[in-house]
Amino acid sequence: MSDLNFLLEIGTEEIPDWMIPNALADLQKRFLAALEKFDLAAGVSCTTEATPRRLALMANGIAARQADKQETLSGPPKNVAFDAEGKPTKAAEGFAKRAGISLDQIEVGADGKIFIERKVEGRPTKDILAEVLPEVILSVYFPKTMYWGAKNGPRFIRPIRWIVALFGGEVVSFDVGGVKSGAITNGHRRLGKKGIAVTDADQYRAALAANFVILSADERRQRIVSGYEAEFPPNAAARVRPNAKLLDTLTYLTEYPTVIRGDFEERFLSLPDEVLETAMLVHQKYFSIEDSKSGKLNNSFIAVANLNGDPDGEIRRGNERVLRARFSDAEFFWNSDIKKSLADRVESLKNVTFQAQLGSYHDKTERMVALVKSLAEAADLSSTIKVAAARAATLSKCDLTTEMVGEFPELQGIMGGLYAAHQGEPQEVADAIYDHYKPIGAGDDIPRNAPGQLVAIADKLHTLGGLFRIGMLPTGSKDPFALRRAAYGIIQIVIKGELRVTIDQLREMADAGDNASALRDFFVERLRYYLTNDAGFAYDEINAVLAASDNDPVDAVRRCEAISQVRPTPDFEPLAVSFKRISNILEKAGGVSTYASKQFNVALLEDGAEKDLHAAYASLREALKKESDYAVSLERIASVRPVVDKFFDDVLVMAKDEKVRENRLTFLAHILSEFSEIANFAEIVAEG
Amino acid sequence: MQNYQDIILKLKSYWAEKGCVIQEPLDVEVGAGTMCPETFLRVLGPDPYKVAYVQPSRRPADGRYGDNPNRLYKHMQLQVILKPAPEDVIELYMKSLEAIGIDLSKHDIKLEEDNWESPTLGAWGVGWQVMLDGLEITQFTYFQQCGGIDLDFCPAELTYGLERLTAFIQNVDSVYDIQWSADKTYRDVRFADERQYSVYNFEMADVDMVWKEFALHEGECQRLLGLFDELVVGTAPDDPNVKRFPVLAAYDQTLKCSHLFNILDARGAISVTERVGVIQRVRNLAVRVAQAWMAQRHGYRYAIWAAAGSSKAVGVAKADVPGRSN
Repeated sequence: MSDLNFLLEIGTEEIPDWMIPNALADLQKRFLAALEKFDLAAGVSCTTEATPRRLALMANGIAARQADKQETLSGPPKNVAFDAEGKPTKAAEGFAKRAGISLDQIEVGADGKIFIERKVEGRPTKDILAEVLPEVILSVYFPKTMYWGAKNGPRFIRPIRWIVALFGGEVVSFDVGGVKSGAITNGHRRLGKKGIAVTDADQYRAALAANFVILSADERRQRIVSGYEAEFPPNAAARVRPNAKLLDTLTYLTEYPTVIRGDFEERFLSLPDEVLETAMLVHQKYFSIEDSKSGKLNNSFIAVANLNGDPDGEIRRGNERVLRARFSDAEFFWNSDIKKSLADRVESLKNVTFQAQLGSYHDKTERMVALVKSLAEAADLSSTIKVAAARAATLSKCDLTTEMVGEFPELQGIMGGLYAAHQGEPQEVADAIYDHYKPIGAGDDIPRNAPGQLVAIADKLHTLGGLFRIGMLPTGSKDPFALRRAAYGIIQIVIKGELRVTIDQLREMADAGDNASALRDFFVERLRYYLTNDAGFAYDEINAVLAASDNDPVDAVRRCEAISQVRPTPDFEPLAVSFKRISNILEKAGGVSTYASKQFNVALLEDGAEKDLHAAYASLREALKKESDYAVSLERIASVRPVVDKFFDDVLVMAKDEKVRENRLTFLAHILSEFSEIANFAEIVAEG
Repeated sequence: MQNYQDIILKLKSYWAEKGCVIQEPLDVEVGAGTMCPETFLRVLGPDPYKVAYVQPSRRPADGRYGDNPNRLYKHMQLQVILKPAPEDVIELYMKSLEAIGIDLSKHDIKLEEDNWESPTLGAWGVGWQVMLDGLEITQFTYFQQCGGIDLDFCPAELTYGLERLTAFIQNVDSVYDIQWSADKTYRDVRFADERQYSVYNFEMADVDMVWKEFALHEGECQRLLGLFDELVVGTAPDDPNVKRFPVLAAYDQTLKCSHLFNILDARGAISVTERVGVIQRVRNLAVRVAQAWMAQRHGYRYAIWAAAGSSKAVGVAKADVPGRSN
């Protein structure tokens, strides 16, 4: 039986660029899962490609039909299937009928039941594909879907307009929302033909290419890069400021990308870089050009058109005009905004809603000023920092009333910082305002200076506290106010900024009312996330550290570092096992804390292994008091392992004499709790 | 060169050829062509409808006293509704651009994701902003819900920004430099309008009076909707009194409220605590009007309504659409 190739193309209207890579991965996953379900996935190799108007999947090595199978069907017991004379009963007849065989094929198995073996013929793969593909296509995940016909019709990201489905050169026939699969594709909207016949995957690529559709995203990406490098060679005086995200966007926004160079008036370069970049990158999807030496922007840009050229320069002129209008607006906003200082704008924050139940940004600012002061005191920071942070907090939200932020909302904070510097606020105040929304997303830096870190924490803490107080907690995947990111941002700043603020203090300051303890848990969850994902510690080490104490994030990181450093030493894991044993014994006997709160009597300890353990305990205790390095402390704790092992070899913990037993348990509880302050060893999962 | 009015006439005749009713603008102030009953109400229900009209759209907060080359208190939209959306709707749209002389082999057209949602109308859809050489010229939306009701057939809505489009075609940097007719510019025709309404909306509108007006229109709308509630009890959807009931007049009152809200907003007269509440009040009216329209024309949830005696009990389609963020 020969293996065949498969080609699927879902022809759609323009799919949002950022959704395409995930959709392709999901399409491939679902397709292979469908094959797997029918025992057809073995040896299949699969690739996917997409443009804004098509998702394509190409697979090689799919069997033309399923393999035949032997199947055993088991029926009623022999004494039910046959009567006293050995003749088949009604039950046997029924079984034979259901199984589609004649009575003489029935056999009796070792388990005393009748059974038959039959051959199940494999089905043609083409039939199976026709059956599963509609479901595979419509179940591809998109963040937001639509119906394009009647309201109960199929949903997809955008309307499906055609489908190509070919298996071994033959059409796999099915229907999705009235669109019948076939062997006809379409070229580029303007440059290509409509109704192009497809025979197989190779011819498909070539036919598309001839009709100005570059199917491969890599090739489109490369075409954009070589295009702009032809305009601005990488080693020349001016070069394209690389931007991988924009490059991806343009790759999935075009079927036939062509680079267009444009210029703008030099006078616009006096606007802040941040404004120029936002207008070019975010609003217009242009690459900006920088001086290769100084890194400063120059007055050119690169646009990417979905066309094969611009012979008359019309596209260039159009794009230049749009950018000029945006820059003129920005220039106008800048000149009008600087007429009123940030300080003079504080009052107008009363008209800007933060959240209906939590009041205005003016209210928020006032709370933030109080919060930065409390934070500075808690973290024991200098009064210079405190004063700068309070000033920055006061002015931090004023840029929300500027025209520039009205037009470029993504520049909130940044414009505040730029205006503050322009108006002669101290640089550290301006920087603190500039940075106070940071960190935005994973991998972003925390604010560069201490006042900025305090303002950033205060801003997020106020949001968290307020929304928790009014019961708007995130649930499941729903987090409309991005509270997880806010809490995570605080944890990142505290740890990376090495601010000694505890989670209890944060909870206290946040004023979350009835949800205060939920907020505390929320912070600990984010701390755990940080330790796992940012710092990369093993889960059991994190459990051990947080079980000991989860209150001080900076300290938790240090303890994690120590534990992962000491863990490979030979005594560590065995000791962890022993501690786990002690913990289990104590749990059974009534709980660690019951015993740890009592005092034990040294005189009641047995000579030999138990006294030795006590001697080791006493000297270790003294040594740990003087030791501030967590790793050294852990090494010392681990070094008592032989003594602990000997104790368990020689001594029966659950002694018959109640007094001795209670004393022994109390002694063990002290060892466990006093040596678990850095990490709770019982949480360590030893290997082997 | 094509004048502003030439472009409008050509687009209208293009869509007339494609079978659209060519409507004239609504004579009540609206913020967008979408709010006109020709869109808001016509997209509801199963009956096909194709319509195109120019709608002057007032957005008091966007006024700039005629100083800004791109920003207007009142701009003109060409609104096209195609229900149900034809399969070749994008091609039809592209051809409309060719009809006004845009050579698409020489210009870059991109469809970039842009979804639309109007909390005051209980409406949302998905679609694109259409970019022509980097300039947004049209909003293209596949409506999914309106007045909180799932639409029987997905319509396509095309909203052309006529000033932008003309500025592009005429190659001018300011909307005021647009040639409107052979001898008049946009400035000649509209500058006074822009300046005076900016003064009124930002400086002189009598806040107390506008609030009173808002309350009066809201009251009138609620009175009518209350009468309709009473009418539904004990009648069938085809009752002549149901059929002749002035739901459209109630909708005018809703639109008045929406516009007055925009004036109050531009005037800075809506406080923090009031804002969300006022939007909610307008939304309630819009949703109830949409339900009444559907009940009147299609017997929408009529039995439930009649039994409960109030449109409030009818409820609306669940807003929780799969994959929807809010």
